Amino acid sequence: MLWIECPWCGLREETEFSYGGEAHIIRPENPEAASDAEWADYLFMRKNSLGPHREQWLHSAGCRRWFNVERDTMTYEISSIYKVGEKPPRGDA
Amino acid sequence: MRKYSFLSLVRNGLSYHENWARQWRSPSPKREYDVIIVGAGGHGLATAYYLAKEHGITNVAVLEKSWLGGGSIGRNTTIVRSNYLWDETSHLYEMSLKLWENLSQDLNYNLMFSQRGVINLAHNLGDLRGISRRVHSNRLNGIDAEILSTDRLKALVPILNTSPNARYPILGASLQRRGGTARHDAVAWGFARAADARGVDIIQECGVTGIRRDNGQVVGVETTKGFIKARKVGVVVAGHSSVLAQMAGLRLPIQSHPLQALVSDPLEPILNTVVMSNAVHAYISQTDKGELVLGAGIDAYNGYGLRGSLSVVEHNLAAIVELFPIFSRVRMLRQWAGTVDVCPDASPILSKTPVRGLYFNCGWGTGGFKATPGSGYVFAHTIAQDRPHPLNEPFSLERFTTGHLIDEHGAAGVAH
Repeated sequence: MLWIECPWCGLREETEFSYGGEAHIIRPENPEAASDAEWADYLFMRKNSLGPHREQWLHSAGCRRWFNVERDTMTYEISSIYKVGEKPPRGDA
Repeated sequence: MRKYSFLSLVRNGLSYHENWARQWRSPSPKREYDVIIVGAGGHGLATAYYLAKEHGITNVAVLEKSWLGGGSIGRNTTIVRSNYLWDETSHLYEMSLKLWENLSQDLNYNLMFSQRGVINLAHNLGDLRGISRRVHSNRLNGIDAEILSTDRLKALVPILNTSPNARYPILGASLQRRGGTARHDAVAWGFARAADARGVDIIQECGVTGIRRDNGQVVGVETTKGFIKARKVGVVVAGHSSVLAQMAGLRLPIQSHPLQALVSDPLEPILNTVVMSNAVHAYISQTDKGELVLGAGIDAYNGYGLRGSLSVVEHNLAAIVELFPIFSRVRMLRQWAGTVDVCPDASPILSKTPVRGLYFNCGWGTGGFKATPGSGYVFAHTIAQDRPHPLNEPFSLERFTTGHLIDEHGAAGVAH
């Protein structure tokens, strides 16, 4: 069981949250001009990192707000939590 | 390879079973192979076996970072069936099921393959319509399938709670009688022994750390035991597929999730078939030893840590106890997790890649065990001929660009 600190509500059990997958995926800026390969990359291809992984969580049984988490996919340890729109506390992961 | 038979059992019995030959060698890697398979799990070993048997390619190495059969082949819930919805998947899994039916004889290894039937429950009108659609689709594809009324289901599985007042009322079910279970470890061992006998080198504790390329062509792999040359490399590493893809500069549509399972204390025979329910995330069977084998749904988050969250197991057990009230006081003996490689359309990838000589077999998600022989068969063909077998042509990596997805969430999403 993960314990996740919602930036608005504080430390809660994982069962209050929903998982939203990899964070910082950018929709093609000009959708009309994007090629099939660019769409495939945006829609389906994922980093699926082993180790630090930036991901989105939703506090679905709480404040219902989205935020970002950096969590290690091997140890499941959460290293940082930051709001949508904020820069990740550490460099590239 | 010394053939296993009744006679060999008697002969070895006379010498107190102390003189059985080793089932496979532990060779040091050669400098170069025709084909390298990364991953000595079920699918990887099956690929090596069929490369040798069907295509005469025996200068093959199977590299394994830990020990043979220690990944998903040793962690699954052993269910074999072929009742998928779409033509592409049905044909692939049905070919696999046909291989299962003769596999013990083919490998000269008792896989304890037991066609005890697989039942999928319907709990609401939507489920019932989905099941009936799938059964009809299966029959059009020549796959055995039937719809069971609640009364017939109750006659087959008397311990199932079919009361109309149950929390999960059962309105009917589908049944594939040719489905069943197999002894999962024996599948890995059987393929390993048979591949080894045909000259395949199985090299354990040899992790791949890099995939060396020259001008868009694979030339070999860097490993913990040094560089090994090969112009054809097949990657069959399930949960770690994205990690290997990254070594070759590729991106995959794969997400790795923990998937948990449990076994109970051994009981007297009580359940002689496999019962699965997509709607309540539960599936259960009983091993020949008497343990109940239960599987949960995946944990939602990405994870390679070989463990999941307790809430998923609680949810699964709550559903099992609702369906089978008689099991409410059964004690669980072990609980574990594997890492499953889930594709967006719940169908596998058996494909060439933009790198020449590099092939990927992955994305089986929660249900790869049943496909072990079939997957090895078509993947061996893909590697040997450098083009897909007609059965795995639809399962290319390009389908995510062309949009020809094969959506099997209904048949594969939760149940395995």
